[in-house]
Amino acid sequence: MKATPLSNCERRFLLRAIEERKRLDGRQCYDYRNVRISFGADYGCCIVELGKTRVLAQVSCELVPPKPNRPTEGILFFNLELSPMAAPGFEPGRQSELLVKLNRLIERCLRNSRCIDTESLCVVAGEKVWQIRLDLHLLNHDGNIIDAASIAGIVALCHFRRPDVSVQGEEVTVYAPEERDPVPLSIHHMPICVSFAFFQQGTYLLVDPSEREERVMDGLLVIAMNKHREICTIQSSGGIMLVKDQVLRCSKITAVKVAEITELIQKALENDQKVRKEGGKFGFAESIPNQKITAFKMESAAVNTNNVEEQAEEIITKADPPSEVFAKPILHTPGTAQIGEGIENSWGDLEESEREEAAEEESESEAAAFECQTVETEDTSTMKETKKDEPIVLSDSEEEEVVILEPQELPRKTRTQTNLKQENTSKKAFTKRRRKKRAAY
Amino acid sequence: KMATEGGGCCLRPFSCEQGLLSRPDGSAAFLQGDTSVLVGLYGPAEVKVSKELPDRAALEVLLRPKVGLPGVIERSREQLLRRTCEAVVLGVLHPRTAITLVLQVLSDAGSLLSCCLNAACMGMLDAGLPLSSLFCGVTCAIDPNGVIVLDPTTQQEQVSPGVGYQ
Repeated sequence: MKATPLSNCERRFLLRAIEERKRLDGRQCYDYRNVRISFGADYGCCIVELGKTRVLAQVSCELVPPKPNRPTEGILFFNLELSPMAAPGFEPGRQSELLVKLNRLIERCLRNSRCIDTESLCVVAGEKVWQIRLDLHLLNHDGNIIDAASIAGIVALCHFRRPDVSVQGEEVTVYAPEERDPVPLSIHHMPICVSFAFFQQGTYLLVDPSEREERVMDGLLVIAMNKHREICTIQSSGGIMLVKDQVLRCSKITAVKVAEITELIQKALENDQKVRKEGGKFGFAESIPNQKITAFKMESAAVNTNNVEEQAEEIITKADPPSEVFAKPILHTPGTAQIGEGIENSWGDLEESEREEAAEEESESEAAAFECQTVETEDTSTMKETKKDEPIVLSDSEEEEVVILEPQELPRKTRTQTNLKQENTSKKAFTKRRRKKRAAY
Repeated sequence: KMATEGGGCCLRPFSCEQGLLSRPDGSAAFLQGDTSVLVGLYGPAEVKVSKELPDRAALEVLLRPKVGLPGVIERSREQLLRRTCEAVVLGVLHPRTAITLVLQVLSDAGSLLSCCLNAACMGMLDAGLPLSSLFCGVTCAIDPNGVIVLDPTTQQEQVSPGVGYQ
């Protein structure tokens, strides 16, 4: 499947909004999205939702011979997978740059920070050690994969219980969970990544970028920190120049965010442990609302409606009275009516100024012309073009010849509008490049 | 600690949730007891020229286990799911397109294949694909005493001499 490209309009819109210090979802520039942690029935399984980004984590263990150069240490294995369901552009079996970068970050965050005590994973030195394997699956991509993945990873590792083992001489006995309670891993601290997206040549930053913001950002800074304010990993990508105090400011913000997230994680872990101990129900089934099949989870945002009434009245008193209302529609044929006369089409001057643009834009406006059958009565720009009489010939067209249809062959409904619009549609209908007509009829 | 077992002709409590994921066209999570599968569906969408079929939609199914890389079992299950879905989806309405189903195992406590089938059906409903009929899956196992057990858990599957899917 192909990834949907970002249109220029969307890009411009996002960048303008960011210039005006507005984000699409209404957050402030230092706000995180809601983090939701839910646990599965097995130990070491959890799903973390950061806004709409969803990551599944599973920890598993196995007894294996240790690495030859480290006979007394256990083995850690991390694997992050971008599931093809997460975004249309992710294809199975293709090692993209993004995947390599994310995997590398997770490794550095969790392995190089030494948050897990590998010495405690040793069973028989030189012969048998525990291999702890963490699998992360990205289920939905709405931006900031690395934060969600790092939270999911550390939560799953804290939640996991490995089977208890006893060694008697040469004999190793692995106890099943029913015989002896499984043992948690020994975790020193919880490193969590926080991402910052930079815009406007590194002068403006946003915390926790969403997917749209990630597409238009200049660069990304990821800082992994634990709640003791120790930086575990820091990485800047995208080639932007960052000033020293920007980086320091980011690290201060990270400290605050990490403290909040760590608290949330502790609470979630405690809740789950309590439920399991009391014999209550646990697992993914509990996070589903009862008696409801569709889950259109739109988080409600509180809107301040205190002053709405007064503002509406102000607007009404200040506004101009509406222009004259045309009460009489003219019936052309059954099913076709016209209200009022149209205003001069101003698309002609657009073509003049944007002659160098690709032909796709022209075909788009043709489609729009076919669709706007009812005459617009709202005010458009006041520029009036007087090019009604000549057809506009595009000199930059790659076609050898442009066939101009007779205007009579087009539907008559556009007759009452300016000739300009008609000529535009007529010549574009036969552009050889276009294989199928966009017309809806 | 063990989840409720379906004994005899009794199924475990199951539930379903649709529309969980924002990117796929359709998504559903199906839970049977402690077994749960999440499906995300894209389609009908653009298809690679090598895979396109001139008269119908090309259906592709991907099943991802929770731990490790997909192996032979996943491939055989993918084929079974694909054949089932192809029989039901009205692919002739969307020629030269691709419909992709991605299933992710969230937890496996027995009867995984029937959970995948049910999840796939709910996912296609959520995506609004044209279907000629609905389908569902049930697993039966024969326990060592010769009694038929529906919707077996992992333990029951392991001790039974034969497990069948319907």
